[in-house]
Amino acid sequence: MPQTVERPARLVESERTQRAPAARTARARTRVLMKGNEAIAEAAIQAGCDAYFGYPITPQAELLEWMARRMPEEGRAFVQAESEIAAIAMGLGAAATGARVMVSSSGPGISLMAEGMSYLAGSEVPLVLVNIMRGGPGLGSIGPAQGDYFQATRGHGHGDYRVPVLAPSSIEEAVALVADAFEIAERYRTPVILLADGLIGQAMEPVRPSFRALPRTTTDWTVGGAAGRPPRTVRSLHLEPEELEVHNQHLQEKYREIERTETRWAGEALDDAEVAVVAYGTAARVARTAIERVRADGLAAGLFRPISLWPFPATALRARAPRLRAILVVELSAGQMIDDVRLAVEGRVPVFFHGRTGGMVPSPGAVAGELARAWALTEPRPAPDEVGQASRTVGRAGARATPAGVSPGSWGAAASPDATQHDVDEAVWRERHAPMKDATR
Amino acid sequence: MTSAAAVPRLLFERPTCLIDRATHYCPGCGHGIVHRLIAELVDELALADRTIAVAPVGCAVLAYDYLAFDWVEAPHGRAPAVATGIRRVRPEAFVLTYQGDGDLAAIGTAEIVHAAARGERITAVFVNNGVYGMTGGQMAPTTLLGQHTTSTPTGRDPVLAGFPLPITEMLALVPGSDYVARGSLVDPGAIGKLKAMLRRAFEVQLGGGRFSLVEVLATCPVGWGMTPQEAVDHLSVVAETYPLGVIVDRTKGIGRGGTPGPSREA
Repeated sequence: MPQTVERPARLVESERTQRAPAARTARARTRVLMKGNEAIAEAAIQAGCDAYFGYPITPQAELLEWMARRMPEEGRAFVQAESEIAAIAMGLGAAATGARVMVSSSGPGISLMAEGMSYLAGSEVPLVLVNIMRGGPGLGSIGPAQGDYFQATRGHGHGDYRVPVLAPSSIEEAVALVADAFEIAERYRTPVILLADGLIGQAMEPVRPSFRALPRTTTDWTVGGAAGRPPRTVRSLHLEPEELEVHNQHLQEKYREIERTETRWAGEALDDAEVAVVAYGTAARVARTAIERVRADGLAAGLFRPISLWPFPATALRARAPRLRAILVVELSAGQMIDDVRLAVEGRVPVFFHGRTGGMVPSPGAVAGELARAWALTEPRPAPDEVGQASRTVGRAGARATPAGVSPGSWGAAASPDATQHDVDEAVWRERHAPMKDATR
Repeated sequence: MTSAAAVPRLLFERPTCLIDRATHYCPGCGHGIVHRLIAELVDELALADRTIAVAPVGCAVLAYDYLAFDWVEAPHGRAPAVATGIRRVRPEAFVLTYQGDGDLAAIGTAEIVHAAARGERITAVFVNNGVYGMTGGQMAPTTLLGQHTTSTPTGRDPVLAGFPLPITEMLALVPGSDYVARGSLVDPGAIGKLKAMLRRAFEVQLGGGRFSLVEVLATCPVGWGMTPQEAVDHLSVVAETYPLGVIVDRTKGIGRGGTPGPSREA
């Protein structure tokens, strides 16, 4: 069983904190100020990470730097690779021997790792890949973003596979999810992505330094020299179509099992919420502030925060949909997770969107405004026994009014239960062109 | 061979770690000979129990069907990076990459150069047959000038397709390369010399040395449009572009035989 371990003294003796060593010990037992990238790295070390491979890229470079100092201290493997392509391949080699491996990067480097991730998935080799997301596409920017959601949740590389994706919304949660990521990776023999945006990587926050050490499990598939057993091969090649289909069916069964057992989300103020924000990572934190503000004005808003992005907590969200008059998806992108939200609620509730891109972060004020707009553009939900009957009338709600003060980086659209795509398009058009009405609530 | 001493009349036998199975290789292909040489050496140096080999992409990806030790299959060209990962967590293992010329000299150029630059204690067996065999005989970086391939149908023209890449000589320049040599399958004598080169490369790793590589000039009769005999004879022409011999040897102090010595990394 996993156990909680006290943060080692070594951590407080790091370069950054050495300047004020006195009276550190007592405080270290409570909370310590850590940068996200460094906290993730140390969490991996404490979880028993045997090898780290990386390549410098902003905004994850401190993760590599922390590993460069700490892994040799622990007598473990660290290599600064010649490219992200090589880094993930090194990870494949080390992990194939049963070593616990972390690799990290950001957007452009993550793209180069798509090759290795596909091989890891195909040959069922566990590994944790950290993506500290930056603005894109292309070289983009070094600001925080969530534009790699599609890439992460749709498998990342070529072929028919999925990768579990965990998304922390605080540094402390990132620390916890690192150990969880290793656990999931090893339990299911799959690569796992820890998906955080540049703000999580770069910010400093107080962290309760209770890192989790993971036990070692025995394996019957790793390579290490065929002494006293038949030789083994870690491979993804299956030239016979019948054989590959059987392998792929095995992978898919594994993914169904992961969907059943590893779906994670958190709800805040959802019980009485009429409007729910669906957001992860930094966007969820902005949303939390916005929800506090609108609640002070009497608008019952809540937060549905997916923690596993794949598997997406679709069932939980769908179950809540009939009680909501609207959902507002907030992302640091032009709208990616919103696809999964819409697939989850299947038109049971109008879905609005607010996003910023390029390294810009939505402001709590803008999100509060969007919440008010979503509330104003929708009808109250009927009592539960009337839900089935009333869904048709709710369908037109999206066309009633137009927002006040929509921010330049915002895209809004209302989806309607039972509506055809034409109805939705018409509702969106009318929303955008109708005269402004009261949306000030 | 030890068994030859035990049974004096036995002059030739299948190495223990060479699986008794017909290969998928074409008639006249060089891979079978290289597989056998590796198998003989792994047996002679008693390495089978601690060998982790890295398979390439290309015809030899199925090497794990013929050589009975642990294998990891690498993405195309990434074998030296995969081997690096293995080496760094398995200091006691004997780590081998088996790569073709498209794999090592084109798509995997960065990985092989930087494995050598880091002085990784791994051994690369580089089988150079001058074409991409598995995909139908297209031009490789090592294709000779004027050579007809399916992607240089009128012969390799340096204006259009550049020059043959002497990657082994390039790798010999790197200080992390302890032993770099080139042999050939042109005749039994050359094969004997090649085996000695491979043995030395293995010894360098076992003795704690840095990066070692042996290039093998090998045949691809189908890719070359030749009979097996024509292809073997053609290897002497190939050797005019890629001269045979030890290209660099920085192994002073690393003993012969399979005895592990102190690691130079330590």
